Amino acid sequence: MTEAPLIEVRGLRKFFPIVKGFLQRTTGNVRAVDGVDFTLNEGETLGLVGESGCGKTTASRCILRAIDPTAGQILYRTKGGETVDLAPMPQRELARYRAEIQMVFQDPFGSLNPRMTLLDNVGEPLLVNGMKSRRDRADRVADLLKLVGLRPEFMHRFPHAFSGGQRQRIGIARALATEPRLVVADEPVSALDVSVQAQVLNLLLELQQRLRLTYLFVAHDLSVVRHISDRVAVMYVGQIVELAPTNALFSRPLHPYTAALMRAVPVPDPRVNPADGVLRGEVPSPANPPTGCYFHPRCPFAQPRCAVEAPALREIAPGHHARCHFAGDLALAGA
Amino acid sequence: MPTDPPLLQVKDLRVTFGMDEGTIRAVDGTSFDVHPGEVVGIVGESGCGKSVTMKAILQLVERPGRLASGEILFRDRQGTQTDLAKLDPRGPQMRALRGAEIALIPQEPMAAFSPVHTVGAQIIEAIQLHATQEGRRVSKAEARETVIGLFRDVGISMPEQRVDAYSWQLSGGLRQRAMIAMALSCKPRLLIADEPTTAIDVTTQAQVLALLRDLRAKYNTAIIFITHDLGVIAQMTSYVVVMYLGRVMEQGPVDQIFHAPAHPYTRALLRSIPTIHGETRTPLPVISGSLPHPFNRPTGCPFHPRCPEAMPGCATATPKLLPVAERQSAACFLHHQEAEP
Repeated sequence: MTEAPLIEVRGLRKFFPIVKGFLQRTTGNVRAVDGVDFTLNEGETLGLVGESGCGKTTASRCILRAIDPTAGQILYRTKGGETVDLAPMPQRELARYRAEIQMVFQDPFGSLNPRMTLLDNVGEPLLVNGMKSRRDRADRVADLLKLVGLRPEFMHRFPHAFSGGQRQRIGIARALATEPRLVVADEPVSALDVSVQAQVLNLLLELQQRLRLTYLFVAHDLSVVRHISDRVAVMYVGQIVELAPTNALFSRPLHPYTAALMRAVPVPDPRVNPADGVLRGEVPSPANPPTGCYFHPRCPFAQPRCAVEAPALREIAPGHHARCHFAGDLALAGA
Repeated sequence: MPTDPPLLQVKDLRVTFGMDEGTIRAVDGTSFDVHPGEVVGIVGESGCGKSVTMKAILQLVERPGRLASGEILFRDRQGTQTDLAKLDPRGPQMRALRGAEIALIPQEPMAAFSPVHTVGAQIIEAIQLHATQEGRRVSKAEARETVIGLFRDVGISMPEQRVDAYSWQLSGGLRQRAMIAMALSCKPRLLIADEPTTAIDVTTQAQVLALLRDLRAKYNTAIIFITHDLGVIAQMTSYVVVMYLGRVMEQGPVDQIFHAPAHPYTRALLRSIPTIHGETRTPLPVISGSLPHPFNRPTGCPFHPRCPEAMPGCATATPKLLPVAERQSAACFLHHQEAEP
């Protein structure tokens, strides 16, 4: 890649205050996103993976500015080639870029308005962006439905007439209505049945190639993330602990948490024995994270240094970053 | 290969739901056996009837659901078989079995515990109740000691303090462990785990699965493991029942199901899951179409509209579930010609 990245996130932080008592005094902060840096190049998929509460959803919502970040920069390269910072931008100015960054939601049942037909559901972003003629919108919606593999005649029906997989296609059609450049997909297949999940993953891959889309793909399922992503970022308690090209990450993880996460995934083959070395303990609370490395209380390789000194995200191999004092020195098995 | 007589035999179970719009056949002729100490997996997608089957075994099917026909034979400690389907769901016999002999680990431990009682109090209640039913008396202090012991067994740290915690004070993993402790409190011989790890994170899931494996080895409890996750099925079970739209498509030993699946649905399901080892960013083989709505059930074999190997006869006749190999049966005309009457 010689071009500048489409999005460059620097030092992104989002703290939610904990308020207590009658006076609503702030007694602490939930450090949901605690210094996240990554870049997204045009046409690639970055998978953001982690367990619940790791901040992956909050980070993705900050990029959409559905949540206002506490600190950090979100540098976006516009169509004209100039770079703007979305993080401090006022809503009025932001409206100009809203069409270019769209979202696909997890719940295909909750994210469509049940009282609007597909034409109105999928066409709403077009209306908002100034396509006033209903006929023009109908033409565009017909094209969009065809694009996601649904019949254009369906546009006069209501969402309840569709199955989960079809609804997710409708959600994707709506996200694509404004011809976005970046699509943020938050757990887009986790609510779907196994036999339908593959169809939606294939559709996302196909659309990316046809429309040169960039995806930020947020999910908890390692197998799904591995399947769809060019690069993967693993998050733990609000921080990226490892970021690498997909194959490098899965064949040679450099952070003990990544390796543990992979080992925890049950292999769909009864001839493979269950992995030993189950990770002990629980994910710490982002309101009260441990000292030093956030992973040290659960880490099988922890040294005294880990409890006092917080490691930085370092580049160990080209494009392969890990937040561990001993990254590269540990013998960690990949998948 | 188990040699003991089966602990539970489900024979041609049918559960229907009479709705205003028509009758839904949620479970449509399911048969399988569970042997002592065996882990049987029931796998399928939404609406396949796996949870309703579990509810039928416990006689917990709610109206408008109804056990239309079939037998659920449970062998008690003396070796006599009782047909649970014939018992009154609210009667003393069924109530004595539920919790004591057959226990349930539900999917949502948050919803299963009462938020206004401590988890300890809820487990103590179950222990005392079932002891009374058997004509024994267990004091509250004794029951409490048992609960602390169970908490220690299932890996809850500081069990003396956690007994007095409310469910909402516990994390997801701890809550699920407390639920498992509750299910084990009366030393059941059959444990039904309904998607026990679906709501929890993958590292916690690994802990819970390891715990269930240990407990099965320790107490020789038979487990029916209901899940949609083929990875969990492969790692946990020894015998697998594959269901689709209320019917058993295929059942057999876990190795056969994964390495020599006989039914096109099983084969398609196994191919369509992304794995942690496969090719990346390439199209996955898919099962075409979507799951039919229960009111629009296809005629004949329920899978035929989506089946890559469908033949003309599949739309008109429903194949019987018949043996295709040692302990393995499939309901498919690729293997035999016998249709349901």
